[in-house]
Amino acid sequence: MADLTTDFLGIKSPNPFWLASAPPTDKEYNVRRAFEAGWGGVVWKTLGSEGPPVVNVNGPRYGVIHGADRRVLGLNNIELITDRPLEVNLEEITRVKRDYPNHAVIVSIMVPCEEQAWKDILPKVEATGADGIELNFGCPHGMSERGMGAAVGQVPEYIEMVTRWCKQYYSKPVIVKLTPNITDVRLPAAAAKRGGADAVSLINTINSIVSVDLDSMSPEPSINGKGTHGGYCGPAVKPIAMSMVSEIARAPATAGLPISGIGGVTTWRDAAEFITLGCGNVQVCTAAMTYGFKVVQEMISGLSQWMDEKGHTSIQDFMGAAIPNTTDWQYLDLNYVAKAEINQDDCISCGRCFAACEDTSHQAIAMSADRKFSVIDAECVACNLCVEVCPVENCITMVEQTAGTVDPRTGKTVVDDYANWTTHPNNPGAVAAE
Amino acid sequence: MTSPMTPGIAADRLSDEALAQNFVDLHAPLEPHEVRVAADRCYFCHDAPCVTACPTDIDIPLFIRQISTGTSEAAAKTIFDMNILGGMCARVCPTEELCEQACVREVSEGKPVEIGRLQRHATDTLMAQNIHPFNRAALTGKKVAVVGAGPAGLSCAHRLAMQGTDVKIYDARPKAGGLNEYGIAAYKSTNDFAAKEVDWLLSIGGITIENNKALGEDLTLDGLSAGFDAVFLSVGLGGVNALGIAGDDDDSVSDAVGFIETLRQSSDLASLPIGRNVVVIGGGMTAVDTAVQSKLLGAEQVTIAYRRGREAMSASRYEQDLAASQGVKLLFNVQPKKVEVEGTSAVLEVEYTATKDGKLTGTGETLRIAADQVFAAIGQTLATDGGLTLDGRKIAVTGTGRTSREGVWAGGDCASGGDDLTVTAVAEGRDAAMDIHATLMGGAN
Repeated sequence: MADLTTDFLGIKSPNPFWLASAPPTDKEYNVRRAFEAGWGGVVWKTLGSEGPPVVNVNGPRYGVIHGADRRVLGLNNIELITDRPLEVNLEEITRVKRDYPNHAVIVSIMVPCEEQAWKDILPKVEATGADGIELNFGCPHGMSERGMGAAVGQVPEYIEMVTRWCKQYYSKPVIVKLTPNITDVRLPAAAAKRGGADAVSLINTINSIVSVDLDSMSPEPSINGKGTHGGYCGPAVKPIAMSMVSEIARAPATAGLPISGIGGVTTWRDAAEFITLGCGNVQVCTAAMTYGFKVVQEMISGLSQWMDEKGHTSIQDFMGAAIPNTTDWQYLDLNYVAKAEINQDDCISCGRCFAACEDTSHQAIAMSADRKFSVIDAECVACNLCVEVCPVENCITMVEQTAGTVDPRTGKTVVDDYANWTTHPNNPGAVAAE
Repeated sequence: MTSPMTPGIAADRLSDEALAQNFVDLHAPLEPHEVRVAADRCYFCHDAPCVTACPTDIDIPLFIRQISTGTSEAAAKTIFDMNILGGMCARVCPTEELCEQACVREVSEGKPVEIGRLQRHATDTLMAQNIHPFNRAALTGKKVAVVGAGPAGLSCAHRLAMQGTDVKIYDARPKAGGLNEYGIAAYKSTNDFAAKEVDWLLSIGGITIENNKALGEDLTLDGLSAGFDAVFLSVGLGGVNALGIAGDDDDSVSDAVGFIETLRQSSDLASLPIGRNVVVIGGGMTAVDTAVQSKLLGAEQVTIAYRRGREAMSASRYEQDLAASQGVKLLFNVQPKKVEVEGTSAVLEVEYTATKDGKLTGTGETLRIAADQVFAAIGQTLATDGGLTLDGRKIAVTGTGRTSREGVWAGGDCASGGDDLTVTAVAEGRDAAMDIHATLMGGAN
């Protein structure tokens, strides 16, 4: 039986599934129920400075991109940090951590970019007994207009500076949460590391307008006829998040820096993928907001089953396993040749592969009068579009051409030798073989 | 109050409430969310097999995609472009043998995209707004007579009117619509849909209807040819085949077409008399509609007696299952021999059949079935041929409906070729109209 317990920065949790700093972790009531439901840890919804708390809009806070059956594909929100008094949150965190010593409790913080503000709040957070803090440098709406959240996360120097203050005034692990609303995520990650961060977590939400009401001409969610960009999350953002995670895991300046993966984790498989790209755990929000806390049970059972099937006994066994295979385009093997192959027994003759290939790709699929579809090897570049538009899984597959066979498209014999763009004759900057 | 058990033929077998419940829409309209989910299942196939399977060539993937993007009105326009009676066809088409049978999802998982119900959603959406999406072209100054206001005639008239030709429709009945109005099971066309559809169709303008005028009685082909630039005959099959067995002149024996018509036109279903034991003879859609409606009116036992095997029935397997689900018994390989009246009840004697040397013959073994009421649903015949050349028992036509007489076209059930389906009739009427227009405007040979 696979062991799902996780040690992230010395913080133990029964499994790698943490609830991200968000509405589900805004109060004691929710967090206790989340732990009872099986979540391994929580990042408490972001605390602000002492004093009158922020206020939220009193109209809609969320917008969604739905699939046809109202499946939530992408979620956008314009909610701010906690709008409850600091003292209340601190008391609740203290009680929860006391009662759940074996679960991870991290406190998300966002206060002004001034040393005193951090100096004031950090001892209070330390006193709760929580396991660590997460610096919210990612929130893209509202708070960023006030010089916090993503406004800090978009300036590496600020990240480094604030992280340094936190390491100075707080004794436990400091996680820096990164915004994806930047050009190159490696720079803020490196800045966090320079500042002494124990880990980074990413991604925070992406600037987004999910829809426009074509009658009122207001972006949605609409507050009395006006809308603003919100933060986008949910299954739709997972590919963006995984790419950013992989870049940090691969970059020499940040390689080895622990990562808490966030962005569209909805199933055990999503979590496993994030972990193979170097994450020590994952944080989840949209899936819980869509299906409730119980959804973690599938994540636990699924990850456990897969690990057993693969012979992994701990998360460490496969953590970062896909990173050695994540490379730059220039290093991809240009001698690798595949061809699409259509399984006629599985084909339902919908013709989608034909339409896609004929209209938008390489005219490499033939259609007969009786609706039989076949690949024209002399045209097929193995682009994979037919595979992806085919409604029948595994009906069309990419078949590797073995060494010695001739690719009828190029007339060249397939060879086993690896060769990439850096040495390709068409590359003006090719390195001459010695 | 009588009951299903009351002997003989009797009215009031069921309460008004039960009858109302029995005759609700066979396929309730899809709810908005169901529409989204059903539409999402369409793969938008290339050169889609469902379109090929549709006698009117409706661009099904396009209209479903239009539905899925929230423009059901545009979807309806796509449908009506090819089939102006798309609303009725959505209700009565045997989709399980046409578009939905061809659907790749039927092939792959046995569950086709619900094309018929999606078409109904689209057409209902537009018609509920009382929008007629077509305008007439510049007037041609031509006049065409259409005889028969059924699906073929209405389709032809609409297409001609669209192209700028004025149309006069003559119909033998007091109401237009043909079989849509008189000949389809009530639960397939609820809320007076057939009549509403005719009104909607006519709103294009340029079409007038004169009722109670029948070819061979009030009208002659010579007279019509003289008074109009062209004539389109869509008179349907007005005659019914008789059983031709001993006792078939008894009151207990009647034709199924008349029964369906009476039921459709009735405003008080409880007042319709129906037998306790009903036997319907035949194997087509008319037989199923009659049997099921007999059951729904409160008959205790209903049997369909068909002279061949199940596979030879022209009613689809779906229709057979519908009948069975309503408690109708399907009896195969039997042919009627005689009807005998015994007191208040009657008995139908049937003989088992077998096919020998390709010929259906009786085996000599008989079966007697209690039958207070016997309906003959064994086909209909052309009531008048107007002196035109026949192909078998129908008016002979070429591909676009040209008859043996110049200036006279024909389509629908009265004309040769095609299945006797509403959708086929619509296609034939439409195509004949195109040919009539081209001919009248000098654009054709």
